[in-house]
Amino acid sequence: MNAAQSAWIPLALSLKVAGWATLIDLVLGVGLGLLLARGRFPGRELLDAVLTLPMVLPPTVLGYYLLVLIGKRGWFGAWLYEQLGIQLIFTWQGAVIAASVVSLPLVLKAARAAFEGVDPQLENAGRVLGLSEAAVFFRVTLPLAWRGILAGLLLSFARSLGEFGATLMVAGSIPGRTQTLSVAVYEAVQAGQDGVANVLVLVTSLTCIVVLLLAGRLLRGTAVR
Amino acid sequence: MRPAARLLIAAVSVLAATAHAADLTVSAAASLTNAFKELAPAFEARNPGIQLLLNFAASDALLAQIAKGAPADVFASADQETMDRAQAQQLIAAGSRRNFANNALVLIAPADSRLVLAALSDLKQPGVRRIALGQPSGVPAGRYAKGALEAARLWGDVEPKAVYAQNVRQALDYVARGETEAGFVYATDAAVQKDKVKVALAVPTGTPISYPLGIVAGGPNPAAAKAFVDFVLSPAGQAVLARHGFQQP
Repeated sequence: MNAAQSAWIPLALSLKVAGWATLIDLVLGVGLGLLLARGRFPGRELLDAVLTLPMVLPPTVLGYYLLVLIGKRGWFGAWLYEQLGIQLIFTWQGAVIAASVVSLPLVLKAARAAFEGVDPQLENAGRVLGLSEAAVFFRVTLPLAWRGILAGLLLSFARSLGEFGATLMVAGSIPGRTQTLSVAVYEAVQAGQDGVANVLVLVTSLTCIVVLLLAGRLLRGTAVR
Repeated sequence: MRPAARLLIAAVSVLAATAHAADLTVSAAASLTNAFKELAPAFEARNPGIQLLLNFAASDALLAQIAKGAPADVFASADQETMDRAQAQQLIAAGSRRNFANNALVLIAPADSRLVLAALSDLKQPGVRRIALGQPSGVPAGRYAKGALEAARLWGDVEPKAVYAQNVRQALDYVARGETEAGFVYATDAAVQKDKVKVALAVPTGTPISYPLGIVAGGPNPAAAKAFVDFVLSPAGQAVLARHGFQQP
């Protein structure tokens, strides 16, 4: 297998994992972002802090939490395995969970800020005109907050592409199945295969630059408010 | 003096202290973790003023670090092949290479496993869904396991189930957590997690598992490196290794 081929398989896997993780973050991030922006309940800032934790915790701590939680003998993992026969460790779905947890704060923070930036008067105008609450959200609030959320999603995608520590602990390094770009780089360097590592880091850097350029364009669009 | 200036001086002196001249850095194979940690205080007691810094990883990873100029003084590998490569790259001081311990490869399963693993061919049964072993391209224990499976004409059956670990201790951890139904580690590793894993069988390897160590050429502290190699080969050093299940070379 030449170096170009050895880069393609982990790249495709990384894109798949990052894509799914971003999709999960879209649903969770927007929902929780809205809750934190609009909800009035005790412990709101605590919830925000806990959900932001994955961004600042060492990846090893996070990986350990995930092992304890979704491992075959973990709290939730044991139930999954016994009831449904699902084992998440050493699967690409496990890598998706690790990546989505790590990058959730990026969407969450962006979504919260975007929702807080929406003028309530515009929403009230919608209500006065007879829109239901759901319609106000989808036709007024979401379109106004969308660019900020999208920028957060792109950052989350980039962060998911680069996710390494927790992924390695949870998904392992199975070539073609869970060996993402970042894990493949680590393994090539460990084995002293500098040629493979060179190709992999170039591919990774280029992919992330493209994503960041896209995110930058969208962020500039939202900065002028 | 202003507090900020004091703080700066304190910080600089702390940084300076970490680069002490009497530090001895030993890069050792992951399977040596427990044995070398026990060797450390005994060695330091006999060699006052030397502080032993231990760096554990898969042998190939250690070699890659040393080849890139990591300031190691002693390199202890889990196989001869990695040390051969180190010598070929002229990273080991001439004449300093010695064999200091032997080990054995074993097939392990979680302690509560009900699978029958009486022979390597039992790994073919569908109940064995995943098998942990070191990444053969970077972990000696993985190379030994792959070699044994190839000799038994079973590699084709095992490869689709293989979960590759970054070092032998990670393979041990995968089995101990019950994430894989079986795994290949050294006999000494299995003994570290006696309550969580059980040895199913001893795996015959084509070449005996023999650990070499050598002084890194151009290392920062060659005199202390020589003292450490001598200590590992001494009766006291060998006794510690034996206590952790290693055999005499």
